[in-house]
Amino acid sequence: MLQVDVDYLKKARKHRDYSGPIILIFLSLAGIVSFLPLIYLVSTAFKPPEELFLYPPTFFVRNPTLQNFSDLSTVTSNSLVPFSRYLFNTVFVTVCYLFTLILVDTMACYPLSKHKFPGHKALFKLVTTALMFVTAAAGIPSYLIITKLGIDNTYFVYIIPGLASTTVLFLMKQFLDQVPNQIFEAGKIDGASEWKLYTKIALPLLKNAQATAIILSFGGIWGDAGTSNTYIYEENLRTLAFFMNTIGGNVARTGATAVSSLIMTLPSIIIFIIQQSRVMDTMAHSGIK
Amino acid sequence: MAKNNDSNKKESAVPAVQKPKKRFFNVEKRFGYTLHEIWRYKMSYGLIAPFFIVFIIFSLLPLLASTALSFTYWSILEDPVFTGLDNYQYLFVDDPLFLKAFSNTLYYAVIVGPCGYVASYFFAWLINQVPDKFRALYVLAFYAPSLTSGVAMAVVWGVMFSNDSTGYLNALLLKLGFIYEPIMWTQDVNLIMPVTIVVALWSSLGTGFLSFVAGFRGVDRELYDAAAVDGVTSRFQRLLYVDIPQTMPQLLFAAVLQITGAFTVGGTMAGHPSPEDAGLTIMLHLGDYSGTRFEVGYASAIAVVLSVLILGLGRIAFKLLQDKE
Repeated sequence: MLQVDVDYLKKARKHRDYSGPIILIFLSLAGIVSFLPLIYLVSTAFKPPEELFLYPPTFFVRNPTLQNFSDLSTVTSNSLVPFSRYLFNTVFVTVCYLFTLILVDTMACYPLSKHKFPGHKALFKLVTTALMFVTAAAGIPSYLIITKLGIDNTYFVYIIPGLASTTVLFLMKQFLDQVPNQIFEAGKIDGASEWKLYTKIALPLLKNAQATAIILSFGGIWGDAGTSNTYIYEENLRTLAFFMNTIGGNVARTGATAVSSLIMTLPSIIIFIIQQSRVMDTMAHSGIK
Repeated sequence: MAKNNDSNKKESAVPAVQKPKKRFFNVEKRFGYTLHEIWRYKMSYGLIAPFFIVFIIFSLLPLLASTALSFTYWSILEDPVFTGLDNYQYLFVDDPLFLKAFSNTLYYAVIVGPCGYVASYFFAWLINQVPDKFRALYVLAFYAPSLTSGVAMAVVWGVMFSNDSTGYLNALLLKLGFIYEPIMWTQDVNLIMPVTIVVALWSSLGTGFLSFVAGFRGVDRELYDAAAVDGVTSRFQRLLYVDIPQTMPQLLFAAVLQITGAFTVGGTMAGHPSPEDAGLTIMLHLGDYSGTRFEVGYASAIAVVLSVLILGLGRIAFKLLQDKE
């Protein structure tokens, strides 16, 4: 049987198939074009001032320097709050947010996927529909709710409103759907409580989905300048992204801006590189069935 | 859900004293579940509670409030006044800027939506054709642009499309002799949207793209062999007869994200406000009314129109792409 198939395939490939190498070359070229602007970003961050405004403009840096980095710190030394405080705020808020996000969303996805409680279908349908919600369009009601709850001007305002990420919940639920129910039933027979089933079985199973949640949500919180702008009135609670936005747009600070945008972008990319295989594992079940 | 709960309580409380058998049947028929069953799953509700509480307070409630406010005139300082459909009438009939914003957004969405979608699928498919060990590198190269922050985009593309002769594109075109004076890429009324679209396309391989890459990886290899027996041998035929049907769920997921993303485009390369409002989008127009003019009722009407548009298109995507069982 196998022999017949191989023969058939050989016959079908009478003409030599060059499509493999062609695809590889095409993909490499397109990949370079796609990635080039990021290389430019890195290169610009190391350019001395005379190269930044060179005519005709250059792509790669010739005499790399760290001057832009020290420029950035000079800019920040004039600000009301030290650079380290902005950095701390961003890191603190990001870590808290991602941790709570994963907790809240994994907690919700486990029953949605594995329990047939009344309303589970309707709720999941709501989540699927909510993938299309434009919450940003309801700015004023959101603002009123947040100020009424009194979480404005605290770290909570960065963390709480974004916790219910429907994209993350959706991906986690689809991922858990393909895990056989028997695992949980076996746990139940052994007398484990639902909380135990969640912490000891569901959470470890969702490890890859957690990595995906981090990738998809990291950029949003790390680069969140809007929240600082709208809800925070004290400078020492504001984030790095907010500060970076305030120094941008000034020609004299082109180099410093390049460095700052590097700081805003690089962590996302590094996290993606580290976690890529896990993300792919989760995404394999991302479809809407 | 809450409504369901309440009515269950009412129903089961009254006839519990009388004929228990019939009550059970009635409630079961009307609501599908008994209160007892809901109680049995209390742990499930407990686990989903944090998510849905946050979801209701910060997503659902603002949207419902917006819908209600869209029928009022409200300047925040005074109480809202009910004005019926006035906002919608003004929106569609008397507000030329909305039509401008709408057509700009549509222009953007019609190009970036489908092109980004097809490009995501196409590159994901190509990546699936190369040997395993190279894939991660290509995925990174194509996905990285969508990870870049807004500031970074401005740094990179600002220099590319700079309006003076030091911009890369202008410098190149001048050198090649195509133009004699620099083109105002981000200020020319006819170029603002195209330039914005080019930049958007560069970073359009996002979550949907990842979903596709993973979806292709999940296609069962045996299906290719089975298809080969039926005479499906070339890559292109395999795409048509095996890959596309097998990745339908991913196609739907990505379509939903793509539609939402394309219509909620915010700022353009021209900044805001832009010359002759050539870079005005629905989201920016909405922001003007809610954030600057404090005409919340009117801003809400814009939000409702935008949401209905997105949900409507989403519905169509579901109709077209969802597996009918």
